[in-house]
Amino acid sequence: MNFWNDPLKVAADWLTGIFVGWGMNDVFAQVLVAFLGVLMLITILMVVDIFLVWIERKVVARFQDRIGPNRLGPFGLIQPFADIIKLMIKEDTTPDGADKVVYNLAPMLSMMSVLILWAVVPLAPVMLGVDLNAGALFIIAAGSIGTLSIIMAGWSSNNKFSVIGAFRQVAVMVSFEIPMLATLLIPTIFAGSMGMNAIIQSQDIWFVLLSPLAALIFLIAAIAELGRAPFDLAEGESELVSGYNIEYSGMKFGMFYAGELLHAFTFGGFWAIFFFGGYRFFGLEKVSPFLAIAIILFKALVGYWVIMWVKYTVMRIRIDQMLAFNWKFLTPVAFVLVMVTALMNALLRDASSWLFITGMLLSNVIVAWISLEFVRSASKKERERVEGVKQVVEAHH
Amino acid sequence: MTAEQIIFLIVAGVTLASALLVVTTRNLVHAALWLVATLFGVAIIYTILNAGFIAVVQVVVYIGAIAILFIFAVMLTRRELRDNTPQLNKNWWSGALVAVLTFVGLAFLLQGWSGFSKTAAAIPSGFDAVAELGNQLVSPEAYVLPFEVASVLLLAAMVGAVYVAFTRK
Repeated sequence: MNFWNDPLKVAADWLTGIFVGWGMNDVFAQVLVAFLGVLMLITILMVVDIFLVWIERKVVARFQDRIGPNRLGPFGLIQPFADIIKLMIKEDTTPDGADKVVYNLAPMLSMMSVLILWAVVPLAPVMLGVDLNAGALFIIAAGSIGTLSIIMAGWSSNNKFSVIGAFRQVAVMVSFEIPMLATLLIPTIFAGSMGMNAIIQSQDIWFVLLSPLAALIFLIAAIAELGRAPFDLAEGESELVSGYNIEYSGMKFGMFYAGELLHAFTFGGFWAIFFFGGYRFFGLEKVSPFLAIAIILFKALVGYWVIMWVKYTVMRIRIDQMLAFNWKFLTPVAFVLVMVTALMNALLRDASSWLFITGMLLSNVIVAWISLEFVRSASKKERERVEGVKQVVEAHH
Repeated sequence: MTAEQIIFLIVAGVTLASALLVVTTRNLVHAALWLVATLFGVAIIYTILNAGFIAVVQVVVYIGAIAILFIFAVMLTRRELRDNTPQLNKNWWSGALVAVLTFVGLAFLLQGWSGFSKTAAAIPSGFDAVAELGNQLVSPEAYVLPFEVASVLLLAAMVGAVYVAFTRK
């Protein structure tokens, strides 16, 4: 086994050897090495996060026909560092009547709920934190900690706007968890496991080809979970100023902001893992683990770009529209799709792969078509109702 | 003492302490947050017992749904989040008696169980706990009946909730 095939294990063994050589207890040395590994991963993620600020600003500028940051360094690459220095030296304010402990805990929990996701992300076949057999469910669990941090931030700030923002955000997150969980069951059905590595390994055919509708629903639910446009009604600048993080200043606000960007990038990665083959790309991942990391980071960035594309193109929707969209449309469609997929999988398990793909694809198209027909008739009724109300009002005048 | 025992003692201590704080804190939102800490401690104990799936489900269901619902209910129903009424009512002694009796009864029952003082056998490598759990839940020889009964109970609760919330036109 050499460094280029399994770099993490070789480095860990080497480091453990050094620590034991210093007279350290064997178990203690292993724990220390694992701890250092976690520290390294978090540090790398935070550095990536700094550049995500730059990417986000550059991309939004392109979508809005501007240039974006271009003064500091080549292509404005030093701009995010200047932003961070500004955040660091800003005054750290705490509002009057705030619940201090909860107020200070919330940004940390928010960042933590994002970083903890990377414990289960397989960067390469041999490079992952833990291969949890409930990996897909772990994402939802981490998301619920994020929900908790938002409600803590909103309540402890002692501000009506922030509480309303937090309520809205939590309503979005709690309800969109359900279609997300349902669509995560579809890769689980195909792979026969909830473990991330097993899901990637079984994607000889990308799952997006087997179930494009599931990939789409997962993306929508992920965008809602992130609280990005068109589901950013928790921010709602025109009505709530800034939502749950309104009272935070300096680096505490920075934690929420950086957490959101990293969260978006991470969900780009999960989209790639569940539906686009993760680190696999025509066998390139077998050449070197470093190539596998490059592939998964590239796919995560593409996913992140799609999320940004949606954010800067689509308008914000109202909260009742958002909840109706989730409970009356997305959740039933997701559950029907899970049932249809499970049934088709049981029927076509022994069929040839071409028949399997065609059957899956056809069932997806049919589910999508029927649900769109339902939406069409529902929206027609709604339009007639609104027209009727208008006519009654006009008749009165 | 092994490392696992030390971790268990710390986690159990923190869990019990936060459980105590849930009932003694005067601020209701703080009580709910201590409840979250307690539930998280229970999740860690599941992880120590090699039940990773149950631990994740514990976090999803209890922290992600139930604790959040508690916080919502407290925020929407109380104007002042601090109660000035006494925390104990006159039945406190019967509650304490029931709690002590339950603990003694459980301890007595477990004392009589042969596996009480044994250390668990190591889990063989390649053992898929989630698959095993899934098989047990749907196999007629195991837990399919309790599983279905619990599902019907939840369905009944859901129908009841819809009935209560439904406004007639």
